[in-house]
Amino acid sequence: MRKFKEVLMQIVFLVSALVSIAAVALICIFLFVNGIPAIREIGFGSFTLGQIWRPSNDMYGIFSFILGSIYVTAGALLIGVPIGLLTAIFLAKFCPVRLYKIIKPLINLMAGIPSVIYGFFGMCVMVPLVQKIFGVNGNTMLTAQILLGIMILPTIICVAETSIRAVPEKYYQGAVALGATHERSVFLTVVPAAKSGIMAGIILGVGRAIGETMAVIMVAGNQERMPQGILKGVRTLTANIVMEMGYAQDLHRKALIATGVILFVFILLINLLFSIIKRKTVV
Amino acid sequence: MVKKDTKAYMETINRRKFADKWAEYKKRPGSFIAMLIVYLSAALTMLAIGFLLVYVLVKGIPNLSADLFRWKYTSDNCSLLPALINTILMTLLSLLIAAPIGIFAAVYLVEYAKTKNKLIAVVRVTAETLTGIPSIVYGLFGMLFFTNALGFKLSLLSGAFTLAIMVLPVIMRTTEEALLAVPKSYREGSFGLGAGKLRTVFKVVLPSAVPGILSGLILATGRIVGETAALIYTAGSVAEVAKNIFSSTRTLSVHMYLLSKEGFHTNQAYATAVVLLVLVVLINFVSDKIAKKCTSEKG
Repeated sequence: MRKFKEVLMQIVFLVSALVSIAAVALICIFLFVNGIPAIREIGFGSFTLGQIWRPSNDMYGIFSFILGSIYVTAGALLIGVPIGLLTAIFLAKFCPVRLYKIIKPLINLMAGIPSVIYGFFGMCVMVPLVQKIFGVNGNTMLTAQILLGIMILPTIICVAETSIRAVPEKYYQGAVALGATHERSVFLTVVPAAKSGIMAGIILGVGRAIGETMAVIMVAGNQERMPQGILKGVRTLTANIVMEMGYAQDLHRKALIATGVILFVFILLINLLFSIIKRKTVV
Repeated sequence: MVKKDTKAYMETINRRKFADKWAEYKKRPGSFIAMLIVYLSAALTMLAIGFLLVYVLVKGIPNLSADLFRWKYTSDNCSLLPALINTILMTLLSLLIAAPIGIFAAVYLVEYAKTKNKLIAVVRVTAETLTGIPSIVYGLFGMLFFTNALGFKLSLLSGAFTLAIMVLPVIMRTTEEALLAVPKSYREGSFGLGAGKLRTVFKVVLPSAVPGILSGLILATGRIVGETAALIYTAGSVAEVAKNIFSSTRTLSVHMYLLSKEGFHTNQAYATAVVLLVLVVLINFVSDKIAKKCTSEKG
């Protein structure tokens, strides 16, 4: 009896462990099965490289949204990476212990704040601000880039800080003993040694930025056209799905799912890159 | 005694006054600039989060009114209470699904599987993949699978299953860490007293890992409470308290999104943001406290 129970529970544990595999498999299958026929029907080329999205005329080109996602993500990185990395350096090498006890929980909190709140903040504060400064409609690519730049800060800070702290103290001591200043030792010996960890953090940030949906929708304007500069509205892949899924029918609906497939493929590639870099760090 | 003296001596040597630092910076302006931008960046980060918190609180708290906590939602009072109750229901249901699976999976990985097992590697990779998938993709999948294929319709149940998959890797990872932190001697002691593997797991290993597991569950709660994109097309947006698990519901985050999208009820949106924010801060705080407690006990 006892033996039976042992074996039974072991099977239960095993099945639980298999659930995550099953989940990934199911997600892949359902997205691809529902998305790929649409891509085939529209034509892979005209779907991914088509510049016009006009469902009423059966024109489904998502190139402008792919570009939109890339531009918004790149802008977010341009803002988030330097500030995040330098903040991580501050936390690891400059921050007094007492201050650290206040800042660290705040950054953890920053990671936990829901994206709707970021979006709402962007809508109420940043959109009017951009409007005032540049004299254009405030729902712009720039607004989305800044907001996303703020949102990826905690991801980059946490990963970068951990990897900077993992660099042996000897590196720093050696540099200081040779007469380098504190800053020079940190920037020219410790940070380069933490390079691959920092890269991993940045890639994680890319994943967050490209997949972010709600906050972007609330500030980016979402016009379905090619991106026309940072002071014009832009629509990303994620925004396209949420904006139109509510009322889409037939091929339109399938094209939206196919948009999700393209996004999913992007994310899988980013994940792959992340795990390759992470593996390198361990070795 | 000698050692202590050396240490104190070293400290006096290493202690530098502000004037010393200043002299050094004067000689090396590059370092001075580096120091400045480091401080500036940290200040910017703090400014961003501080401004967001203060702004939402200042704008929102005066708008908190009894109207927002009416039992029934109407387009006049914009009551958030039904959404709040739905959020709690959604959280409970999701955790009910995800917690046993996540914890059991971690038990398998730590206690049963052999270290060089191919299967473990695959489970790890898939769990990592799940962590990286954005919530809108979960939303699409939930819509295709739970809502349509399984016929759950737009419902509490569809939403809960979708979120359960989303938080599964969080629960798995934290539980795994908690189990790994349980000393080997506990297990050896239990085996030595004649307990079987299963009994050891349930009576010895899991109980001593409870704080770690709990902090993981609370972390998962935070993600569930803050989720919007995965729920819009799985749980729907009916602003009433769910009658059963098959009724469409909106959680607080979805409510917040719809309210700000409509744009008519900005004041109520501010107030809703405060409630949501306070909820998330509270959840974070509790999770942090529990996690700290278990590390300090171990250390």
